Amino acid sequence: MDVFISLIISIFEEGFIYGIMAIGVYITYKVLDFPDLTVDGSFPLGMCFTGLLISVGVDPWISCILSFLVGAVAGGITGILHVKFKVTNLLSGILVMTALWSINLVITNGSAVLSFFNKPTIFNSGIGSLFTGVMSDYKVMIMAGVLVILVKIIIDLYLKTKSGLLLRASGSNPQFVTSLGRDSGKMKVLGLAIGNGLTALSGSILGQQSGSANINSGTGMVVMALASVIIGTTLFKKITIMKATTAVILGSILYKACLSIAMLIGLPTNYLKLLMAGIFAVVLISNNMLTGRRKKVHDNSKK
Amino acid sequence: MTTPKNSLAETYNGPMVSLQNIHKTFNPHSVNELTIFENFNLDILKDQFISVIGSNGSGKTTILNLLCGSLPVDSGKILVKGQNITKMKEFQRAKFIGRVFQDPSKGTCPELTILENMAMAEAKDKHFGLTFGVNRKRLDFYKSQLELLKLGLEDKLNIQVGSLSGGQRQALALLIATMTPIDLLVLDEHTAALDPKSADNVMRLTDQFVKEKHLTALMVTHNLKFAIEYGNRLIMMHKGGMVIDAAYEKKDALDVDDLLNQFNQISIEVGN
Repeated sequence: MDVFISLIISIFEEGFIYGIMAIGVYITYKVLDFPDLTVDGSFPLGMCFTGLLISVGVDPWISCILSFLVGAVAGGITGILHVKFKVTNLLSGILVMTALWSINLVITNGSAVLSFFNKPTIFNSGIGSLFTGVMSDYKVMIMAGVLVILVKIIIDLYLKTKSGLLLRASGSNPQFVTSLGRDSGKMKVLGLAIGNGLTALSGSILGQQSGSANINSGTGMVVMALASVIIGTTLFKKITIMKATTAVILGSILYKACLSIAMLIGLPTNYLKLLMAGIFAVVLISNNMLTGRRKKVHDNSKK
Repeated sequence: MTTPKNSLAETYNGPMVSLQNIHKTFNPHSVNELTIFENFNLDILKDQFISVIGSNGSGKTTILNLLCGSLPVDSGKILVKGQNITKMKEFQRAKFIGRVFQDPSKGTCPELTILENMAMAEAKDKHFGLTFGVNRKRLDFYKSQLELLKLGLEDKLNIQVGSLSGGQRQALALLIATMTPIDLLVLDEHTAALDPKSADNVMRLTDQFVKEKHLTALMVTHNLKFAIEYGNRLIMMHKGGMVIDAAYEKKDALDVDDLLNQFNQISIEVGN
């Protein structure tokens, strides 16, 4: 296949897979206003846990769901540390992220990479095996695309429910949630659980795509996810009919595209994380210059 | 109006709210130690609309914070309809105490639309589950409620509350706080951040809601005119005690000049 086409396909594949994580981080960062560093740990957690489950013969789809759940538990712990024990939001995330490093090592039984080639994954069994011949090149892209859209629709619907409204209010005005006789802390824990559950699901799917789980895969995930969220929500802000979740998925694809193009031009792989941080810095700075002044005016006086 | 599910005991004839032997000290055991209340007592009867005035540091806002649970009491009891709520958390008390803050942005959610804010206010009594947030069948009800404000908000249901003016947001916050049955409405200098015209409008609405919905209300204000004009009981606070407590006819006999004199006397004492 043409190199160019395969590059585009890989951009979409990864854009979609990381897009699931970006939706999760959209919930913690944008909806809850919580800079959550747990992500660097919950992404490989999902990946390693899936690796373990698949190697012992658990159904790959069930592995996805279980990975979501362990990620949700990790996020929940971050939330409880912050809400119940008054640890600052950044530190709660750092604590859980650090703890997860060991947990992930325990899961992979001490090895840095847990391979599960030849085992059934969502991409080579069941629905995945239906893609044959020329279609198999597009398999991951299509399946990841369907999954991310599914996640997007579920989250969009959830954010419109009463519970979803309460979650949104917890981020923007916790006092209002209190006035409604509800505990805004509980909603924060719930939001962090959903966010990290999606991050772990994203890790699970990426692991299944590559057939192995890498304990180091979490490094830089916070930056990547935040960049996707901010690129997406900033670039597509003007298109009011577009849902933020859609914008975030597009942000994820764009971010992946920037990285891939840089690699294509010949940037050595060693510079990847530098580039990731660089792009993110440019996005943040331009975002601040565009909206900084306006935001200041609208910023509500916080305690 | 539906039966108040959240309200406490139904058949009760004593005071609606009762603060008993309240002690409160800020920053205890430090150089900044400040004792606000020593054995403070206050009974609020049903259908009383109390205006509380007083100098800075007199403890009037602290009363509200203790009542709503934003601050814990050091000792003493807080009863609502005879039930002890002293140990309840702020969000638990919010089910039967409605509060409107000085800052108009606190009583509504800026990211959500007017409609979504109204729907959440109505859900206060019910569950916040996985049903759709906004029930379209209730649209007419929300509109009829918003029409009471006479600000034209009923035609702007789908705009974000964050884009409303302070006066509009405060009126909406008042509506939201009183939409479900409550035992006590707490007004925390709720007109202080508004321009005079909006302040008048919000004050008029407050009076209207208190009368129509038979609310018991406690209003802290710096506006002596409002304190005289509205409500049926007036309390002037000074150094954690009540220097004036006039209800019904006694309150009607007060005028702004009397209050101002008294107020100036205590203000001079504290050097404002």
